[in-house]
Amino acid sequence: MKYLTEFRNGEIAQRMAREIHQITARPWKIMEVCGGQTHSIIRNGIDQMLPPGIEMIHGPGCPVCVTPLVLIDKALAIAAQPGVIFCSFGDMLRVPGTDGDLFQIKGQGGDVRVLYSPLDAVDLAVKNPDKQVVFFGVGFETTAPANAMSVHLAKRRGLKNFSLLVSHVLVPPAIEAIMSSPENEVQAFLAAGHVCSVMGYWEYPPLADRFNIPIVVTGFEPLDLLDGIRRAVIQLENEQHHVENAYERIVTYAGNLEAQRLLAEVFEVTDRAWRGIGVIPNSGWRLNAKYREFDAEERFHIAEIHTAESPLCHAGDVLRGAIKPAQCPAFGKECTPRHPLGATMVSSEGACAAYFNYGRFISPEKLAGAGADSA
Amino acid sequence: MTDRTQLTEPSNSVPDFANWSCPLPLADYPTIVMGHGGGGKLGNELVEHLFLPAFRNPALENLGDAALFNLGSGQIAMSTDSFVVQPLFFPGGSIGALAVNGTVNDLAVSGAEPKFLSASFILEEGFPLAQLAAIARAMADAATTAGIHIVTGDTKVVERGHGDGCYINTAGVGLLRPGISVGPQRAQVGDVVLVSGTIGDHGMAIMSVREGLEFESQIRSDCAALNCMIGAVLDAVGSGVHAMRDPTRGGLASTLNEIATASNVGIEIDEPNLPVRSEVQSACELLGLDPVYVANEGKAVFFVAPEAAGRALEALRAHPLGREAARVGRVTAQHAKMLVARTAMGANRVIATQIGEQLPRIC
Repeated sequence: MKYLTEFRNGEIAQRMAREIHQITARPWKIMEVCGGQTHSIIRNGIDQMLPPGIEMIHGPGCPVCVTPLVLIDKALAIAAQPGVIFCSFGDMLRVPGTDGDLFQIKGQGGDVRVLYSPLDAVDLAVKNPDKQVVFFGVGFETTAPANAMSVHLAKRRGLKNFSLLVSHVLVPPAIEAIMSSPENEVQAFLAAGHVCSVMGYWEYPPLADRFNIPIVVTGFEPLDLLDGIRRAVIQLENEQHHVENAYERIVTYAGNLEAQRLLAEVFEVTDRAWRGIGVIPNSGWRLNAKYREFDAEERFHIAEIHTAESPLCHAGDVLRGAIKPAQCPAFGKECTPRHPLGATMVSSEGACAAYFNYGRFISPEKLAGAGADSA
Repeated sequence: MTDRTQLTEPSNSVPDFANWSCPLPLADYPTIVMGHGGGGKLGNELVEHLFLPAFRNPALENLGDAALFNLGSGQIAMSTDSFVVQPLFFPGGSIGALAVNGTVNDLAVSGAEPKFLSASFILEEGFPLAQLAAIARAMADAATTAGIHIVTGDTKVVERGHGDGCYINTAGVGLLRPGISVGPQRAQVGDVVLVSGTIGDHGMAIMSVREGLEFESQIRSDCAALNCMIGAVLDAVGSGVHAMRDPTRGGLASTLNEIATASNVGIEIDEPNLPVRSEVQSACELLGLDPVYVANEGKAVFFVAPEAAGRALEALRAHPLGREAARVGRVTAQHAKMLVARTAMGANRVIATQIGEQLPRIC
């Protein structure tokens, strides 16, 4: 497949891994920001190819995982209302709220639909004038332009029955928060390639300077990740700290200007609570005054939400990179993809789900089997 | 049916799953959710903890694709399946073709030669007769291709709004081929795993029309009757085949996990050897799905003794439906009941049975 198989070549990967071994003299802790990168690292076993001193710390960049519990609970409350068509990306449906998930609401008669684009939700609103159509607009900068476009279109068409339940979060403030934490151990970042395809990477040089950290814009395929890690290690070993783009086939310095204009038109920066982490100042977007009427929180006024996290869940420690998923006492016991206590066990991008589904709690010796047969 | 008092709580007649034979799994979801039909763990639990205790008998207990029993002098295989696919017509097939081929394939992978089918229709008030006629034609064509006869049937109509146009149930019987003994519990250490062609075609074909995704090239369902191709393999290697399955809902991953569990063996597959069409792979990448979990309707997976694997693969590739057949893995004594993939990077990863449906990811 063009632009994918080329970046999954096992031989080249082995060669790049050998190069990383050669250039690594000291131990380093590198955080991949994005859940998609975590998923690919674990799925392909990239971390197992690295020198023992290089530790990949899995960052908070899984939109499903960091969406605050109170918003999930609001989503459940809105979706359960009669006359509402509640639309969401697929992997939000199994995220546990305090008392259940969207699948259960659907099973109990709620009109919950999985869509691939928020623009489809606008079409649904046009086709169902007697229903209130709500789209669950979560995600990082990557998904924000399409969500912004949906609201923009709804306003232009004068739709009174479309709204967005917004919980957008932003990468640069998260990097700032992690680096400002007294317990921080991260020494370099792999920035999220998809986020940068929208936003460019002009936001990152001040962070690299302020915290003396290498930041490498990195893609998602095995060779992309190995190249990102290689470049980060070279900088670390040479005591450099600048921003590099290892995802040039997709990302430019300026990013997608048209998308950025639309984002500025629709959203404004706000403080945002990150599930498991807490409030990070100026770390999210909400609809601005011009578009506030399309904010589902304003339209539905869900009050008296009882919200309680599972006391057993250590997702916050996982999202901050303080522990690896398998180190959580509940991992694989009380908490499994079947019965998730936290969102990190739900999403395909969640670190806990990646560790569980790809058997990262079983010893490599046990997984080693007969090997490829000669025939 | 089992005694209803066992199933119902006296106060409000809501089933009290907590008192059932295995309370925990079912208690998670007190109502049916879509995942119960997704070919994953939820569906398996429904069968094991709800239906099996209610209907238990020796022919059912195997939980194979078809039940095997003696009737008079012959060994009979019997199977049934219901079809609720939307849309009713899709690239490469229709609900009618699926309804015939699905049951034919369940009989064929059980080692039987399918003979007769029943067909029951549940139709929604207002359903166009022209569409029903097209469905019937598709069923007749599929029956002719498979060499079977539809010999009995039934029609019920439900009020508008109480159905989704057309649901079909088919049941089929066939004669067990002499000298063949296959079953999900018969895979042996050393067996070679063969797949008869590309995986994920049906599921992505359905998703591409259902979700309004517009791909440049149209993905076609692989919907086909496999009895002729399976016959060719059995003719070539006979009892060298230990287990066969058609990996439908839940995809290849669910089928291999089921066989690993039933046979108490480990299965390893070489991920780069899995045949996947590039357009299916692209669509999966776009949606964040893994083709090993995507449904097939015209593929079979074979567990074959190592000395028979070459001949079985030759027989497959000589058949029009098996041209892209591939050797994808093997059975090992290590990691019993687990499916492990060797990745292109040389790493090992577990492929677990999915919980319910695969969920497209956000970005």
